Amino acid sequence: MKRLSLLLAGIAAFAAVPATAQTVAITGGRVVIGDGSEPIEGGTVVIRDGRVVAAGANVPVPAGAQVVDASGKWVTPGVVAGFSRIGLVEVDAVNGTNDTRANNSPFNAAIDVAPAVNPEAMAISVSRAAGVTRAVVSPAATNRSLFAGQGAVIDLGGDMQPITRARLFQYIELGEAGAGSAGGSRAAAHLMLRNALREARELSRPGGRPDDVLLTRADATALVEVLAGRQLLLVHAERASDILQVLALRQEFPTLRLVLVGATEGWRVAREIAAARVPVIANALNDLPATFEQLSATQSNVGRLRSAGVNVAIGMINDDEARQVRVSTQYAGNLVALTRIPGATGLSWGQAFQAISSAPAEALGLGGEIGSLRPGRRGDVVIWDGDPLELSTGVDAVWIDGVRQNLENRQTRLRDRYRRPQEGNLPHAYDPR
Amino acid sequence: MRGGLAAFAATAAAILLFGCASQGAAPKAASDAPSVKASVPRYQPPADPYPSTYRPYPGVPTAITGATVYDGEGGRIENGTVVMVDGRIQAVGGPDTPIPEGAVRIDGRGRWVTPGVIDVHSHLGDYPSPGVDAHSDGNEITNPVRPEVWAEHSVWPQDPGFSRALANGGITTLQILPGSANLFGGRGVTVRNVPGRTVMAMRFPGAPRGLKLACGENPKRVYGNRNTMPGTRMGNVAVFRATWQRAVEYRERRARDPNTARDFQLETLVEVLEGRMLVHNHCYRADEMAIMLDMAREFGFRIASFHHAVEAYKIADLLQQRNTCAAMWSDWWGFKMEAYDAINENIPLVHNAGACAIVHSDDANGIQRLNQEAAKALADGRRMGIQIPDEVAWRWLAINAATALGIADQTGSLRQGKRADVVLWNGNPFSVYTRPQQVWIDGALMYDMNNPRLRPVSDFELGQPGEGDTK
Repeated sequence: MKRLSLLLAGIAAFAAVPATAQTVAITGGRVVIGDGSEPIEGGTVVIRDGRVVAAGANVPVPAGAQVVDASGKWVTPGVVAGFSRIGLVEVDAVNGTNDTRANNSPFNAAIDVAPAVNPEAMAISVSRAAGVTRAVVSPAATNRSLFAGQGAVIDLGGDMQPITRARLFQYIELGEAGAGSAGGSRAAAHLMLRNALREARELSRPGGRPDDVLLTRADATALVEVLAGRQLLLVHAERASDILQVLALRQEFPTLRLVLVGATEGWRVAREIAAARVPVIANALNDLPATFEQLSATQSNVGRLRSAGVNVAIGMINDDEARQVRVSTQYAGNLVALTRIPGATGLSWGQAFQAISSAPAEALGLGGEIGSLRPGRRGDVVIWDGDPLELSTGVDAVWIDGVRQNLENRQTRLRDRYRRPQEGNLPHAYDPR
Repeated sequence: MRGGLAAFAATAAAILLFGCASQGAAPKAASDAPSVKASVPRYQPPADPYPSTYRPYPGVPTAITGATVYDGEGGRIENGTVVMVDGRIQAVGGPDTPIPEGAVRIDGRGRWVTPGVIDVHSHLGDYPSPGVDAHSDGNEITNPVRPEVWAEHSVWPQDPGFSRALANGGITTLQILPGSANLFGGRGVTVRNVPGRTVMAMRFPGAPRGLKLACGENPKRVYGNRNTMPGTRMGNVAVFRATWQRAVEYRERRARDPNTARDFQLETLVEVLEGRMLVHNHCYRADEMAIMLDMAREFGFRIASFHHAVEAYKIADLLQQRNTCAAMWSDWWGFKMEAYDAINENIPLVHNAGACAIVHSDDANGIQRLNQEAAKALADGRRMGIQIPDEVAWRWLAINAATALGIADQTGSLRQGKRADVVLWNGNPFSVYTRPQQVWIDGALMYDMNNPRLRPVSDFELGQPGEGDTK
């Protein structure tokens, strides 16, 4: 009994407080704040108690700080994956490991991904090693409902507490996918959405719920927060006319806090999106009419949205979003490449890095917490051996919440085992660790 | 159709256009007299049905000067000159390379010149954009053994993906394959990345066709779910072996008796057995690649390349010994069990073992960035101590790919006499900030970033939102 209570006390202590985050000063590097501003040469980043104290030129190094020399390197906030399903999947094709959607669940809007996130998913350690420190994690909708459920923001740290903010947003489909789930037409989807919001509003009416409701009580309850504007509503829409319909929702429901997801044709209605002050999380490089919703797809979409004053971030929507968020830096670099193509619209380097750091953070209302090296933000810092957006660059070090991270993962272990394919004196299975 | 055929066949000079082996009653001849045999001409199948009608577009003598040149075979020339005349590479050399009088001169300073990029694994055209059911033509998912279908008969030449591959990826040649649902997927086709009204107008003249095979999860999942063979990996191999055995026996029968009825399935396999068709085998796991290599030995054929080959690094030595290429991704992984052991250093490890490494896409977006994928793999290799020079790594996009497709004598490197398939990049092509500036195919300028007139727009995009936009 005594041993058990000691054990429980130990577990409670471990669970309550992350590993000690000492004061760290990273000096001499090219420092990127992540707010769109240009890099600062020879800057210093100070992290204490898991948070950024200061970052930039002439930042004093506190006494007793562990000093990390980043001369010749770049120092940035960790990459924030603006839209993903990381942590919900181990192997996509193995159903038992794939928690992105529940095709046979009676629930939809009420679904909360937070308990399903596995911090030990291989994709998390792989992405951490590539400099991704936080991710927006969304459920996927089924073909039975346009409401996918409630998503979260997580960290990619090597501990068992991944959740930064649970039930941060509701994710819904309002294009072709939404139409299919509502019975087969966009008109039905729009009616389904309005009906659902009405049922949420009527939850608390005296006399209880009427008999002919479509939503379970749990699902309707989940939408109360959305209706009240206390929870974000992330809406997936690609087609220009669908985007306008999403913006129009605010005339009927002025309290909704909308975020557009996808928006491949956003550039065609960029002025309207900017006027509505709705943030956009877009695929970086869609340039094919993959569906009839994306006929005018162009890599210049993000650049044109930004030029029109839209707050745009990069995410991976239906694009390997469970495993490949690490290509966010490559995508951002491609947007810079566009600035050298006549007729294309790209982003400056600072804007591109912002699109994978503070912009997704701010789109999700977490700009005060993550996504930049502004004072007070979480201590998510990456040291790169070169330009973070360039293909040849590797990651030297990662801190999450001020804790230095282990960058080894299954892929590095396999690489080391098979440096030489041939066996030595013993099979590979016996290779020393 | 039947009645029309009978009427047509009634003409003495008519030639029967359909083999009668499996289609039911043959149309009646002009007369039923016993001497009818002499009046029906023997049907001789043409050696090359659906022949290529591709012709190079007109070009002008052109010289690019002052550029860093990768010749695609591992050579590098600083301050280099590339001269294209009459659709061919006339000269590649240093700054003193002679330039024909009147040639268009292009300033390549600060820029790179490489051979046109080659993608050995594409589904442009047979899984085109938009991805609607009516265009889903890459997998004849009706039987695991379908060597009789030809991917080129599914290719929709109006797929907007072709122009993206050209403008963003510098792709000048690609192999379009059937998908991987079947053990024997069918014939692949190598095409020039030049828009055509018909697929024959795109077909690379003289290029051998490929045979698509697939091992692993896809065939056994598709057919196992239907309770038909194969439902397991051992089922995959059993069906493979039974089919190759049929092919071996068919070849012997035809050699003894040319009147043996044609079998279009086995005819494709005999092309492989006789070395005229190259095998491209979708296969992820190391152990399965080893089995396929032994199967090739068992029946006397060669596997030209494994595609995807996610675990190629585990058997890089075996691939080198058996002279089989591996066409890989830089870092795609984890979507299936057989992709679970992917590592970022796969391509450089295969190269380092002396085997033929290729970067491929299998994706309409990836084909726009093969140079970038190669760059990532190269950097990951260097970080583990495998130092490969940039110009040598470019082989993965050039001569190695051309070799796997059997067209290395025609393209895949900047060598005098070869087709002038050339990309002038606006910077270092291993940089994320670089894109093609100009692309020539057979010496004709087919893309110019500074000339909106040279931005192809497919029929599908005409009249659509975004028509003519920079994509």
